[in-house]
Amino acid sequence: MTPSALELDALISREYQHGFYTAVDADTVPCGLSEDVIRLISAKKNEPPFMLAWRLKAYRHWLTMSEPLWATVKHPPIDYQGIAYYSAPRSQEGAQKSGPQSLDEVDPELLRVYEKLGVPLREREMLAGVAVDAVFDSVSVATTYKEKLAELGIIFCSFSEAVQRHPDLVRQYLGSVVPYTDNFFATLNSAVFSDGSFCYIPPGVRCPMELSTYFRINARNTGQFERTLIVADRDAYVSYLEGCTAPMRDENQLHAAVVELIALEGAQIKYSTVQNWYPGDKNGKGGIYNFVTKRGDCRGANSKISWTQVETGSAITWKYPSVILQGDNAVGEFHSVALTNHYQQADTGTKMIHLGKNTRSTILSKGISAGHGRNAYRGQVKMARSAGNARNFSQCDSLLLGDKCAAHTFPYIEVKNATARVEHEASTSRIGEDQLFYCQSRGITPEDAVSMIVNGFCKEVFQQLPMEFAVEAQKLLGVSLEGSIG
Amino acid sequence: MLTIRNLHAAVEGKPILHGIDLSVHAGEVHAVMGPNGSGKSTLANVLAGRENVVVTAGEVLYEGKNLLPMPPEERAREGVFLAFQYPVEIPGVANIYLLKAALNAVRKHRGQPELDAIDFLALVKDKLKLMEMDQSLLYRSVNEGFSGGEKKRNEILQMAVLEPKLAILDETDSGLDIDALKVVARGVEAMRSPQRAIILVTHYQRLLDYIVPDKVHVLAKGRIAMSGGPDLALELESRGYGWVEAQATTQARGGGDAARGR
Repeated sequence: MTPSALELDALISREYQHGFYTAVDADTVPCGLSEDVIRLISAKKNEPPFMLAWRLKAYRHWLTMSEPLWATVKHPPIDYQGIAYYSAPRSQEGAQKSGPQSLDEVDPELLRVYEKLGVPLREREMLAGVAVDAVFDSVSVATTYKEKLAELGIIFCSFSEAVQRHPDLVRQYLGSVVPYTDNFFATLNSAVFSDGSFCYIPPGVRCPMELSTYFRINARNTGQFERTLIVADRDAYVSYLEGCTAPMRDENQLHAAVVELIALEGAQIKYSTVQNWYPGDKNGKGGIYNFVTKRGDCRGANSKISWTQVETGSAITWKYPSVILQGDNAVGEFHSVALTNHYQQADTGTKMIHLGKNTRSTILSKGISAGHGRNAYRGQVKMARSAGNARNFSQCDSLLLGDKCAAHTFPYIEVKNATARVEHEASTSRIGEDQLFYCQSRGITPEDAVSMIVNGFCKEVFQQLPMEFAVEAQKLLGVSLEGSIG
Repeated sequence: MLTIRNLHAAVEGKPILHGIDLSVHAGEVHAVMGPNGSGKSTLANVLAGRENVVVTAGEVLYEGKNLLPMPPEERAREGVFLAFQYPVEIPGVANIYLLKAALNAVRKHRGQPELDAIDFLALVKDKLKLMEMDQSLLYRSVNEGFSGGEKKRNEILQMAVLEPKLAILDETDSGLDIDALKVVARGVEAMRSPQRAIILVTHYQRLLDYIVPDKVHVLAKGRIAMSGGPDLALELESRGYGWVEAQATTQARGGGDAARGR
């Protein structure tokens, strides 16, 4: 057995590993949502008036909206008044107002949480080449390598800090890709978002290390509403990683995030996610509702945005990382592995909106369903009248394990320019008993055979991930498939 | 090495094997022949542990151990190998990856260290040459898009790499042209050793021109109707399976000497 297969074998027999809860003294606002709560959040963060005004506009708009029902997911109604919209470790209170701080000021208890998760925040202990912003419930607790990045003019900090120190940049770009009116969950996020990461790469700068945000939900009955904004100025380059975990709880918790990416002329943004929110137990109890709006705007000519996601967690995943291809010759990419096991549900895919000439997009989606999992790919490709010679290639493959799971594919294609070309390929396959027997008769256990076949199925997507992330993703698939055979 | 006693087995509730007795010793090559539906492949699958074959009576001892309760992967690690009649395609999994995982699973079981990529490749390249296979086949998905001949050669390649103690080849000759047949036969001949037993399951005598067996058994209606030396295969070729079936029916009626010793 290869070492990786061995490792997977050991991991398959494990349950969700990040399900611990840390007792921290937290400042949590009472459950419920009102203008007062939004004013309170804004005041706690000492925000300038434009931010509060924006939040309130979003909230008033949200009141007129209703939850989208078109996704092929089922869940009981969410009680938006039963959620606490802000929770911060009390030790971070001062930091919220004063903004930046050094790691020495961070509560050691919080540092231990991230160490336990395998995300050490002390710079000397970290993997070389990854800068981390750690978000704990509603606030960012630490951002590493900030000074080193600042020498290159790169801004990488928590969203709260960006609002304090770079209000003009925030004001210019916030909501410019995902407007506050966009959709029910994005609008809710716009009203109540508490923190997240902000990143700006100046013209011509190639960010020398991977930037990373690690999200952690800890408190009970709390929603996490973070907001990430990444701007790559002309000819800049950045590769960004996102990871997430949450404690195991019987109740469902809402995570409604917004990510906005902006690539100006010649700029490139690579955004990779390994999503491992608590998926609920074997019977479908508990787990995170992951309702996320992620969108990138290739605003300048020759710009490129690529999304790579490995989705193994969450009870329900509802997300469509998209690219608006505005600039001529812009390139958009979406690579995705979505796995649903037990009673997990995923409705995920992408949107490629072609506006500029000679724009190109590639969609590669791999859905794996096991147990009672339900997996839907939903993707839109739109070629506007202005998108001369634009091209899209989509490939959606589904892999089924067992006979109680489901896979759906919903492609929406809209072409208004006769010179544009759209190709769509789809396949569905099942891991058959004869494949398992074949592997077994060569000395390989059924568990290893499944890992091997699943990893083979996902290979093209994993190749898009940075090295350490690819290893992590492979391990995760092993854990998430636990109990899916036999 | 292998002792089969009074083996009865059914597939999907339908009885196929009606009492097989067979002993195979290390160093021997046995040919199991018989017409379609006589139970040849069922016998091969029972030995490898395929789930849909249900043993209803009898026992199988492999190196003195009870083989039947072992899961298929355990049997493989203990040295049992089945070359499939219809090798299975596994999209996305490189041929070399499966080979390496299989070899290391077996080596680990034997208490040998796992082979690293370089030693492994050297080993495989040797065996590839023997099977006259192109190296590019290693990097393609397992059996996907392989021709019939390539699939069968790939099975023998796996056998050569895994070095089993007991190899069962299920109609490895079917669908091969004469050149490919020679290559496969050479691969099997190279595996012949005093420590190893080989069971060739085949419909035609053709393969036995190239691999001369020590014993030949003829299956009819789920029983071994006749056993003999290599010339039994030739006799079969000239007289046809109808002859054996007629003999089997006579014996079933009259009892008496079942197997013709030669």
